[in-house]
Amino acid sequence: MAGLSFDLIALQLFAGLALGAIYVLFAIGLSLIFGMLTVVNFAHGAFYMVGAYVGLYLISLGGNFWLCLIAVPLLIGLFGLAVERVLIRPLYGRGIDYPLLLTFGLSYVMVECVRIAFGKTGYPFDTPEILQGAVNIGVGYFPLYRLFVIGATAVVLLALWLFLEKTSFGLIIRAGARDPQIVRVLGVDVSRVWLIVFGIGTAIAGFAGLLAAPLQGVIPEMGGTILAEAFVVTVVGGMGSIGGAVLAGLLVGVVVSMTSLFAPEMAKVSIFALMAVVLVVRPQGFFGRAGLLS
Amino acid sequence: MTERAIKQPDTTTVGWYEFATRHRASIAALVVLIFPLAMPFTALAVNILIYGLYALGFNLVFGYLGLLSFGHAALFGAGAYLCGIAVVHFGWPWYAAIAAGVTGGFLIALLIGVLAIRTRGIYFAMVTMALSQCVYYLFYQAVDWTGGENGLRGINVRSIDLFGLRLDFINPLTRYYVVATFVIAAFFVLSRILASPFGAVIEAVRENEMRARASGYDVTLTRLLTFVLSGGFCGLAGALQALHLSIVPIEIMHYETSGLVVMVALLGGMGTFFGPMVGAAVFLVLENLVSLWTVHWQLIVGAIFIACVLFFPTGIWGTLIARGRR
Repeated sequence: MAGLSFDLIALQLFAGLALGAIYVLFAIGLSLIFGMLTVVNFAHGAFYMVGAYVGLYLISLGGNFWLCLIAVPLLIGLFGLAVERVLIRPLYGRGIDYPLLLTFGLSYVMVECVRIAFGKTGYPFDTPEILQGAVNIGVGYFPLYRLFVIGATAVVLLALWLFLEKTSFGLIIRAGARDPQIVRVLGVDVSRVWLIVFGIGTAIAGFAGLLAAPLQGVIPEMGGTILAEAFVVTVVGGMGSIGGAVLAGLLVGVVVSMTSLFAPEMAKVSIFALMAVVLVVRPQGFFGRAGLLS
Repeated sequence: MTERAIKQPDTTTVGWYEFATRHRASIAALVVLIFPLAMPFTALAVNILIYGLYALGFNLVFGYLGLLSFGHAALFGAGAYLCGIAVVHFGWPWYAAIAAGVTGGFLIALLIGVLAIRTRGIYFAMVTMALSQCVYYLFYQAVDWTGGENGLRGINVRSIDLFGLRLDFINPLTRYYVVATFVIAAFFVLSRILASPFGAVIEAVRENEMRARASGYDVTLTRLLTFVLSGGFCGLAGALQALHLSIVPIEIMHYETSGLVVMVALLGGMGTFFGPMVGAAVFLVLENLVSLWTVHWQLIVGAIFIACVLFFPTGIWGTLIARGRR
């Protein structure tokens, strides 16, 4: 244990927060869509992956990273709107499993289309030049890009919070999550609200994919791994709870990075162990409503 | 006793449907026995049997119990790995290895079941998927036992010895009938389970949990038991797969294998006795045909699956039954 100083642990903690930030963004979209539409989006990983590839493509066309930060969520969000309108809408009222199965099939199609367009092998994704290098954060040098990931996540979360809490459309969304029938009686077109929520959720997934790309590169299968891990996040945090997704996402990120420091071979398994403990102690998760689904 | 009375209506007007339901295991056995005549590629036929058995076990949970599991790859894979380990590391004979595989399916199903059964609905799908990924990583890292990324190699079973009888396991047709024997046995066991009072409870829990509970049935225990039973069928399928391929690739535990069985079951018709086998046959034949002219068969398969969910939610067999009964 000689090499394990306090600084190293603190740095690893920050690395965990950066990783957790990606989980948070991914899980928040998943949670938002589930909370409103009661649809578990199995294609969420595919939207994340396509986000990274669209970013790669735009940069190869001569765009820069900052442009991608705006364009990718917009494009993926539009694609999400189309998916909801054409594929998912016919399934409302037909049992909770069907949208899940449909999005699962959709993820197959999306992954295969990306394989056709970009090939089976992955690509590296360059960190934008301004964000290369490391900065001193008091306990040691920390990669600037990871700091940027944490910051960007915070901005998205703040924007989402303001949107949901302070705008009238956000009010409708929150009301629709609680009781869609009453909202419909009050004269609101609920299906339009659902459409937009699905678009927002997938846009955030695309954004998360773009942010994750410089950290791990892009491959067609990148969405599948994070999907399973995001399920852990939503189970730990409580399904449909945005606060839960934030807390659990950061927690999972820190757990992964801490176990990769102390016991690297257990890093992948540790988060599932965390989920098992939560399931035994508190099946509805940190902020989940008891009885919602358990 | 009332269940009996409902199941056996006026015997003078027994239609083909009631006849088929009563003798479902025998009919399935007959089809399996003559199947090689219609299917020239025996290796493909063996695959259909194995995946059909896998889907059969999955269907017990998905179709009859009404819980969508996205973690069945762990049960299938555990069966394959334990069977393989028994042969490669311990030199056990084939029957002991298959028993080890079935036990592996039971054990992993018990472990996953105890945790996942605490949740319901959509949660169940997510938790089973996450737990099966956990099992995947555990097997991935136990390189000494499982071969890790390279898979477990060298599961060479050349002949099946039984009471002095020696069957050549290399011969494709003999191999088919050896596998078919196990699959037919599984048909009869499953049919028996479904026809038993316990089988009625399983469907009661699916139809209305509250009423089942009010009638004094232990819903949680029923779910767990059904999941474990399903693990036994999937473990058997995995063990046969290990003997058939003579290698266990690590991908067998990947969540795509879980997704595959969901597709097969839905394609064939969930909650029907013959559905999983029909689904496995159609799926694998389709996969083989499509991969003849494109390597991107997943695109076609995914699109067909989407179409199935949108337009034929009861699957091929379910749609046929609905047409036939009308």
